[in-house]
Amino acid sequence: MTTHLTTIPLDWYILLSSILFSTGVMGVLFRRNAIIIFMSIELMLNAVNLLLVAFSAYHNDAAGQVFVFFTMAVAAAEIAVGLAILIVVYRNTKSTDIDVLNRLKG
Amino acid sequence: MMQFAALIPFFPLAGFIILGLLNKKLPKSAAGILACTTLLISFIISLAVFMSISGQSQEIQLAPWIDMGGFSASFTFLLDPLSSIFLMIITGVGFLIHVYSVGYMHDDEKHNIFFAYLNLFVFFMLVLVMASSYLLMFVGWEGVGLCSYLLIGFWFKNKSYNDAAKKAFIMNRIGDLGFLLGIILLFITFGSSDYHTIFPKAQGLMSGNTMITAITLLLFVGAMGKSAQIPLYTWLPDAMAGPTPVSALIHAATMVTAGIYMVARSGILYALSPVSMYVVALIGVVTAVFAATIALTQNDIKKVLAYSTVSQLGYMFLGLGVGAFSASVFHVMTHAFFKALLFLGAGSVIHGLSGEQDIRNMGGLRKKLPITFITFLLATLAISGIPPFSGFFSKDEILIHAFASNKLFWALGMIGSMMTAFYMFRLLFLVFFGTYRGDDKIHAHESPAVMTIPLIILAILSTIGGFVGVPESLGGTSQINKFLDPVFQSATKILPAEGASSISEMTLMSITIAVVLGSILLAWYFYISRKKVPLAEEAKLSPIHNLLYRKYYVDEIYNALITKPLDKISDFLDSIVESKFIDGIVNATGKVTEGVSGLMKFVQTGNVDFYLLAMVISVACIIFFKLM
Repeated sequence: MTTHLTTIPLDWYILLSSILFSTGVMGVLFRRNAIIIFMSIELMLNAVNLLLVAFSAYHNDAAGQVFVFFTMAVAAAEIAVGLAILIVVYRNTKSTDIDVLNRLKG
Repeated sequence: MMQFAALIPFFPLAGFIILGLLNKKLPKSAAGILACTTLLISFIISLAVFMSISGQSQEIQLAPWIDMGGFSASFTFLLDPLSSIFLMIITGVGFLIHVYSVGYMHDDEKHNIFFAYLNLFVFFMLVLVMASSYLLMFVGWEGVGLCSYLLIGFWFKNKSYNDAAKKAFIMNRIGDLGFLLGIILLFITFGSSDYHTIFPKAQGLMSGNTMITAITLLLFVGAMGKSAQIPLYTWLPDAMAGPTPVSALIHAATMVTAGIYMVARSGILYALSPVSMYVVALIGVVTAVFAATIALTQNDIKKVLAYSTVSQLGYMFLGLGVGAFSASVFHVMTHAFFKALLFLGAGSVIHGLSGEQDIRNMGGLRKKLPITFITFLLATLAISGIPPFSGFFSKDEILIHAFASNKLFWALGMIGSMMTAFYMFRLLFLVFFGTYRGDDKIHAHESPAVMTIPLIILAILSTIGGFVGVPESLGGTSQINKFLDPVFQSATKILPAEGASSISEMTLMSITIAVVLGSILLAWYFYISRKKVPLAEEAKLSPIHNLLYRKYYVDEIYNALITKPLDKISDFLDSIVESKFIDGIVNATGKVTEGVSGLMKFVQTGNVDFYLLAMVISVACIIFFKLM
């Protein structure tokens, strides 16, 4: 398994992660739909996960992969809460556009 | 019997707890009986202890208390002749006054609380005299101060009574500070506050040791406050605001003698410091004369007795100061009898006249209040020092010792006892002789038996109480001296032996008696033959009379010198430092926070886009600078 992974050079993993991460950031910044933003955040998270797994494999250290499992579990919990909030927002505003949510200001 | 001795203070404490918790749920009669019973049990045990003590001292350890580092203290009671005499006085006179209070306070709505306080007072007073260390004595000392405050201000709806209570408390605090500093110095010097450690160590010290002088003077400051000596005496006359049984119990018979007890207990320390002995004697004799002069002109029956108490306490300190420790304790005992009787008699008069206290509105009461009159007369004879009444033996013994030590002290004491006889007979004549001058609507009546029986018992004690101390020169055996000798012998050994007096004791006694009789005749001449009555409040008095009547303006002087400047400083601190400076800092902090928040709130636009952008840029910046 490890040998199989390491046949691809590490740089490629870094590059792929960077692209995925940047795509996620762009999605977060430029999209208005809250669900899309959520998906973009997941993309960023998984970009990082991928990187962690890659480094873990290259360093022969299982800690990185264990770490990823934790991240995924926490992310799942976070998504559950986030989607619940989104449903409530939708019920109140009939929209998932984040520009509508501008009433909390100083 | 000794094994029960430790219980003596706890009966009144139990009484206090029961009365305090049940309060109004308990019928008045039950509360009175309960309070009296606790004292009676304590008295019986005290009596048994007194009978079986015979000179030795015994410590009873109850419980550990403080134990840290090099310091330890425990709840330990000490029983020796000195404490057993005080136990007898406190529980015996206390019991009689409790019984009297059942009648006196019968119609008061706070009847049960009154007895709760009285019981608590007795508990603390017993702790004070039974303590075996200065620290535990201090606990009792503070406790009786608290009860004194509560009972002076018992009718706290009257503002002046409340002020009197606060005055007593604050004045006592000044003394207490001295006492506490004395205890701390004792601990520094001897490494303990227990009597059984301090006194043997002190015996090895040189006379005139500076540390001992400092300790004894500080302890004496405490005694000055508690026992109302110059300059801390002004609270005691004001303390008469309390109910009359309180004046009798706390402000005549027991609490005010705590200072005497403390100095007597520390006799060995005082004996080591001639300076302190001199100071004690001087303050005592000056107070004795000073207070007596004020008492000459007062028109409130209780005020006369209050100044008389201050004066008699002065005599006791004179006795201590000249080394006559047992004579002083003897005087504490006889004074407890006759002064409690005088106060209770005054209370009976006040009760009979529905609250009248001004002797100008009394007169001719001997027919209407016959028992009160007879008992009051006996007490007056006792305090004036007419043989064979109790006051004669105790006061004379103090004066004889004073003569041997310093002729001036003796002369001043003589003048004081002359005035004592005069003001006491002035009081007696104005209240009980002549014709009634008060309101005709008031029908004077004798008090009920529950009040007169304690009067009669105290009158018997005032009459015969002196026979326990008949001096050898009069063919007696001076039993009280022998009884107290084990306590004081180590102190008296240190003191210089009294030189053989050139004048015999008999001569001195005759002089005293002659002088006293003379001043009684003078009082007779003024107030019976010429039927003089003190002038009305607005009348113009001669300068000296006015000075005395206004109590040398001491209250006014204290007010101008201490109270007013303190008020000014407090006002300044309040209006300038507090409201301008401290409040200013606090408010400025608030204003600044508010201003900064006002600026910062524009960042919070409510626009999610903006937040996200800000977050991404910030994270990018952090990473960028981190990598750089």
